[in-house]
Amino acid sequence: MILIRNLFVELGDFTLKNASLEVSDGEYMVVVGPSGAGKTVLLESIAGLYPLRQGEIWLRGKEATRLRPEQRQVTIVYQDHALFPHLSVRENIVFGLRMRKTDPNQTRAALERVVDLFGISSLLHRRPATLSGGERQKVALARALCVSPDVLLLDEPLSSLDPQTREDIQEELQRLHRMLRVTTLHVTHNFEEAVALGERIAVIGEGEVKQVGLPEEIFRRPNSEFVARFAMSRNIFPGELCRPEAGNRRFKTGNTFFTVENGNQGDNRAVVRPEDVMLSMQADPINGANAFCGEIARITDRGSTLYVDVDLPPVITALTTRHVFREMDLEVGKRVCVCFDASSVHVFWEQQK
Amino acid sequence: MPIRQNEEKMQMKYRAENTAPDKAAVTGRAHEGVRSNVDFPGPERGFRSRSYSFPFDGLKLILFLLGGLILAFIAVPILKMIFASNPSILMDSLRDSEVAASIGLTLYAALIATVIGFVLGVPLAYLLAKTRFPGKRLVEGLIDLPLVIPHSAAGIALLFVFGRNYFMGQAFQSVGIRFLDSLAGIVVAMLFVSVPFLIDSAKEGFQKVDPRLENVARTLGATPWQTFIRISFPLAWRSIMAGNIMMWARGMSEFGAVIIIAYHPMIAPVLVYEKFETYGLNYARPVAVILILISLIVFVVLRFLLYRGERS
Repeated sequence: MILIRNLFVELGDFTLKNASLEVSDGEYMVVVGPSGAGKTVLLESIAGLYPLRQGEIWLRGKEATRLRPEQRQVTIVYQDHALFPHLSVRENIVFGLRMRKTDPNQTRAALERVVDLFGISSLLHRRPATLSGGERQKVALARALCVSPDVLLLDEPLSSLDPQTREDIQEELQRLHRMLRVTTLHVTHNFEEAVALGERIAVIGEGEVKQVGLPEEIFRRPNSEFVARFAMSRNIFPGELCRPEAGNRRFKTGNTFFTVENGNQGDNRAVVRPEDVMLSMQADPINGANAFCGEIARITDRGSTLYVDVDLPPVITALTTRHVFREMDLEVGKRVCVCFDASSVHVFWEQQK
Repeated sequence: MPIRQNEEKMQMKYRAENTAPDKAAVTGRAHEGVRSNVDFPGPERGFRSRSYSFPFDGLKLILFLLGGLILAFIAVPILKMIFASNPSILMDSLRDSEVAASIGLTLYAALIATVIGFVLGVPLAYLLAKTRFPGKRLVEGLIDLPLVIPHSAAGIALLFVFGRNYFMGQAFQSVGIRFLDSLAGIVVAMLFVSVPFLIDSAKEGFQKVDPRLENVARTLGATPWQTFIRISFPLAWRSIMAGNIMMWARGMSEFGAVIIIAYHPMIAPVLVYEKFETYGLNYARPVAVILILISLIVFVVLRFLLYRGERS
């Protein structure tokens, strides 16, 4: 288990304020946040590579705040893999065991175990410079796992890979985690990666931990605009939750009222995910409690899908498939209707700045 | 690799035929920039050193002429001295025990200075490269100081510390080491003027070691010592070695500081000076040529090492 309490790190012009986070044993947690949010610093603090100004780090139920990196049983895999360029793949992988003066037989067994795990026996005598990106990533992971760490830290492990290799390594990481159940903390700026890999997700930004939860929670029930925006919910509306009348809850934004299912008095933001917004030619209440019509203001082509902005007002974005786009013959200026369920609207309270 | 070379040839051909070589050059370089950000330096690194030929214009004509002048200024005296000297006379003077002894002494003293510089200088270089501390700029300036003060003045300054009646001089005298007119004095003078080369080069080498490599080593269980010995030092080794050679070469060629502290025993640069003063130009020349040849050999080895370092 990793327990981080009130962590405070300062590094150059960057600070992490009062960050707290708990990762259970065997859990795969993904920390996601924009570039420069201090994700690497968070990992390096857990590994003991940065002195903390304040706060505590507990590993496996013991306080580790003041332990040296080599005493923590925490290994790290960096984005650029950081393989030792002057050592062969084999020497890279057994480096940790060598340094701990492990018995040669045990070392050999551990080496065989990780080499089999990753299928990299053919690479053992190569130098890092001659490996492809995916191979380097595997070697870096093998090196980190060879010492059987309590905690594995992954710093943007997929970012430097090309899309095809990224999918392979992503699968590899999932398979690995199912097999080994090593407590893993993975940081990335890519939300999709976080959703694909994380058992839980922590969103960090502006120097603090914004929200921690299951991917579904982060997706459906963001607790702040920052998280909603990061989770690519493009529809964030300021407004207010009205007093319930006759069992109907409504959220007022501008002159438009959304029917909602939950929410607390005082909530001042509503979020609707673009993929929950359906487009049709007529306002059809069967498709959802909320139905509005307006002109298409903008179309953003993303390849297999498209974002269609409809000006009600306010402007609401719907995610649609290429098929629907063609069927409905959509174009800017055309009048269409949007529908979504009351349960698709999530309302929350955003602190005013 | 052969494919790449072919590609390169084709590109060059294309470029030669193309009327916009500048554009090709620019895009080529931009591409390499991206590559080196994403990847570790791979075997394609040789790619980088590819140069592009530009069309000739008035500006470049002037630049070539001026550049040629300074090149000639450096090369002509050295080459002329080497080629104008009679090999048999060179051999004779090498056989002269005084000359041989002084050359041996020069190499030996410079070597001792380099070893001392290595033991004391490399740790400092590591500190300067890897840590931040108040006054670091000042320390860096101090290290380069021997490069900017006149070496005869440096010799005088050293005498004020290592001379018989001064602090260090007396301390060492108690263990039987004298500096005035002795090997120890020569070593001290050489060390003083040449150690900045080693420290600067080693510092650069340590700076080039990615701190993430050291971080990874630590998390894998290496102590700071193990990390230094297994990761930082081997990765900076080439720069340290280049620094050693540079320091040795610089120590060997020192004259000003040495002559103040130790006229005798005579190192080769002092011997050249003495022969010139006492017997004239023709007698000084063979020793000077031998000195230049030795320096050249060291220099070539250094360039070779550095070149290999760039490629691997």
